[in-house]
Amino acid sequence: MSPVPLFGRFDPARLFSFKGGVHPETRKHLSAERAIEDMPLPALLRVPLLQHVGAEAEPLVARGDTVLKGQLIGKASGPISANVHAPTSGQVIAVGPFPAPHPSGLPVTTVTIRPDGADRWGPRLAKPHVATAAPETLAAQVAEAGIVGLGGATFPASVKLNLRARYDLDTLIINAAECEPYLTCDDRLMRERADEVADGAGIMARALGVRRVIVAIESNKPLAIEAMTRHRHVLDHVLQIKTVPSQYPMGSEKHLVKTLTGKETPARALTAEMGVVVHNAATAHAVHLALRYGEPLISRVVTVSGRGVARPANLRVPIGTPVADVLAHCGGLVATPERLLLGGPMMGQPIQNPRVPVIKGTNGILALTAGEARDQRVMPCIRCGLCVQVCPMGLTPFELKARIDAGDLDGAARVGLLDCLQCGCCSFACPSNRPLVQTIQYAKGKLAERDSAQHQREEAKRLAAARTARLAAIAEAKRAAMAQRKAEMAAKKKRAGQATTETAAKAPIPPAPSAEAPKAPPAGAQPDVQPAAPTDAPTDVQPGAQPDAQLGAQLGALANAKAGAQVEARADAKADAREAVE
Amino acid sequence: MTAPRLVSGPHTHSRFNVSRTMLAVMVCLTPATLFGLYQFGWPAVLLFGVTVAAAWAAEIACLALAGQPVARFATDGSALLTGWILALSLPPWAPWWVGVAGAGIAIVIGKHVFGGLGQNLFNPAMVARAMLLVALPVKMTAWVAPGPARAGALSFDQALGVTFGGGAPVDAVSGASVLSQIQSQLDAGLAMDQVLAGIGSFQDQFLGLVPGSLGETSALLLLLGGVALILMRVITVVIPLSVIGALYLAAAAAWALAPDRFPPPHYHLASGAVMFCAFFIATDYVTSPITGLGKMLYGVGIGLLIFVIRSWGAFPEGVAFAVLLMNACTPLIDDYVRPRIFGRTRAGKPLELGDRP
Ligand code: SF4
Ligand code: SF4
Repeated sequence: MSPVPLFGRFDPARLFSFKGGVHPETRKHLSAERAIEDMPLPALLRVPLLQHVGAEAEPLVARGDTVLKGQLIGKASGPISANVHAPTSGQVIAVGPFPAPHPSGLPVTTVTIRPDGADRWGPRLAKPHVATAAPETLAAQVAEAGIVGLGGATFPASVKLNLRARYDLDTLIINAAECEPYLTCDDRLMRERADEVADGAGIMARALGVRRVIVAIESNKPLAIEAMTRHRHVLDHVLQIKTVPSQYPMGSEKHLVKTLTGKETPARALTAEMGVVVHNAATAHAVHLALRYGEPLISRVVTVSGRGVARPANLRVPIGTPVADVLAHCGGLVATPERLLLGGPMMGQPIQNPRVPVIKGTNGILALTAGEARDQRVMPCIRCGLCVQVCPMGLTPFELKARIDAGDLDGAARVGLLDCLQCGCCSFACPSNRPLVQTIQYAKGKLAERDSAQHQREEAKRLAAARTARLAAIAEAKRAAMAQRKAEMAAKKKRAGQATTETAAKAPIPPAPSAEAPKAPPAGAQPDVQPAAPTDAPTDVQPGAQPDAQLGAQLGALANAKAGAQVEARADAKADAREAVE
Repeated sequence: MTAPRLVSGPHTHSRFNVSRTMLAVMVCLTPATLFGLYQFGWPAVLLFGVTVAAAWAAEIACLALAGQPVARFATDGSALLTGWILALSLPPWAPWWVGVAGAGIAIVIGKHVFGGLGQNLFNPAMVARAMLLVALPVKMTAWVAPGPARAGALSFDQALGVTFGGGAPVDAVSGASVLSQIQSQLDAGLAMDQVLAGIGSFQDQFLGLVPGSLGETSALLLLLGGVALILMRVITVVIPLSVIGALYLAAAAAWALAPDRFPPPHYHLASGAVMFCAFFIATDYVTSPITGLGKMLYGVGIGLLIFVIRSWGAFPEGVAFAVLLMNACTPLIDDYVRPRIFGRTRAGKPLELGDRP
């Protein structure tokens, strides 16, 4: 927002975008004119095996191994996961938990590599002939290269490329809005490597089988628009370069789609259901590198900015470089930053420990001074309605907060808690500085926790009930068997008695019980009652197994069965929320 | 390096804050206020000062009693603004205790009884104004003719006598404001054109050269201030437009049906009270609905009520009551009129594919 409230408010383009949103000071000038430079190799690289939405990759190396640049060190596990490659050649000095660049600072398995300085490439990835290769081959190569959404969402890119199989797609949108303040990495990439970004977009369009490719760039990046326009002819596509209004959160997938196509993605749905797939510009560049040069995703462009940094810059940083090294390369910190962030100031994650590494989703490293962060005193809500006006999702954040504060999570969910993008517009605009999105984040976490706890409780209860029923059935069967045996015994006795009376002196009494035994032993009863248990337990439950083991098996089966659709959708929704970082 | 703070985003903020918002409103009120003070002379200045000071004192006292951080909340400007708005709606030569009592009612009953800033259901200044109107009908309608010739000629000493002594001297009191004049003369059986000829010109009314409340005489200056508020994005255009529009349309309809009983619609708009209400009172954040549609309903309600009260009510000026009545509807409106959630229908169901919202 401009210092004088009167100016800079009227933007005719806004009329054609989406409702809500804010115009934070972009402060992109700090780094916009710094050409991308290569960050030298640091002394140590810490490459986490979970840098994406989905499951952690499985380590393929162990301590002491020598790795070559581009060598696969973590293998994607499960349908939503991504490969991880060695950013340079060197020696693995540790594989183990290390704090991940995440506000929780919780550790994830991390491969620590000491570079040997030679930066020796291992074998490159296969390079299929793009113009003739099957779409599946292209998507598979993207998966092989470990490419994830580089706008910060880090959703595995190949999964999104394979959406073709399930939806009728017609449009690929390259999200180059970069609506977060400060960030200039996509801007620089397009200005310096427009041809390569365009080529990547063309490859993705082929993989998706779509005709229409739109590159959406915010109006505050005229040079990027110009560069992309110059290179819009690519493969057999002509990219449509569209200027979108500079308005946060333009980079949110659904809002970008709405702005460009006028179509509103239904709640809880994917843009793909409307035939549109959105990929980030930096992702397109990574795809270009992978398919044209066989380079996996081992480095990315990062904007280092904020008034707390001596020399703001755009750097190509090897994945795994500690944030502290990047800052040192930029001349260090000039002042004690009020906030140290990974990502942009609206949705970025604060970090405390600058030793955490740069990962695939890190688009910015910001050191904000107190003046920039503008932390102010929190006042009571004055019901000014600004939060409602700016919410791009049409929610009532002040009301959500009131309900959450009152402990009414269900009430909050009824008025749209789960639809929140967590874009932060509400907190940004609130004149009372209410921690709105912060409270919403907390409540979403609580709700998820509660739901999963409840799910577990119900599951446990159900299993316990099933077990009781099964035991009861077994007991019942035993009883029945016993009764039957008794009856048979009695009958036999009777018969024997008759026989005895008839041939009392001729024959000895036969050892009846042992002869009858195989017919109705307790162990034999179990197979009989088994069909009774499945009436309230799923068929894959093994009788006799411990409840915990059953639960694990079931959840596993559940996850496998639904992994295709649901997990993906859920993960995508999450990714979607974070896409706004772009 | 000391550890940076670990708080979740956003890590930046707009320049808007509560005090700035209050300040913006005050700035926009300044022209009309200065004009009123100039017109009505020293007594008005004294009354204004006393009322605002009393409002602030009451705020500090309430905060201290409630154990809230005085330094933080008392400087947000909200109490000053309440006192300011109240002062502008008082008769300019009212004695000091009217201002003090009004400020006390506004801050204590209108605001802190509900829990302080942001919690009140009713507009505090209007609560005070309505209570004073009901309790002191004579003092609250003792208007003086404006202008240096009459009011402004008073010396400061004389003014002290007016404000802190017995109130407006009888000879200074000019019967009524324009609308009450119209109404009483109509009631007395005069024909509409005679009545209209007898009161000041429309221009005089619009410019504010007529008797009236301290800061409500000049519709023009209030309108300008209001437009500035909209341009500064402190308020949206919805409430002012719907208040004024509804009032105008209702008055026009009545006038078209019975031109001899109702004054032409623009006379309603020429009164500063309507502009003051439409831009500065009805738009109070705390007591108005949140959504655009809700704001529209609320504004239309106020406009219609003003017309009804002015035409048939016992009080010549219906603004305070109209606002209070609609304040009471705000929670209801907010509950029913919600913004449409992105990707959902108004009813909250996800959109169908291909639906246009
Ligand atoms: S922006 Fe802040 S003060 Fe205004 S209504 Fe929302 S929460 Fe309340
Ligand atoms: S964070 Fe959520 S509630 Fe706040 S503006 Fe964004 S979508 Fe709306």
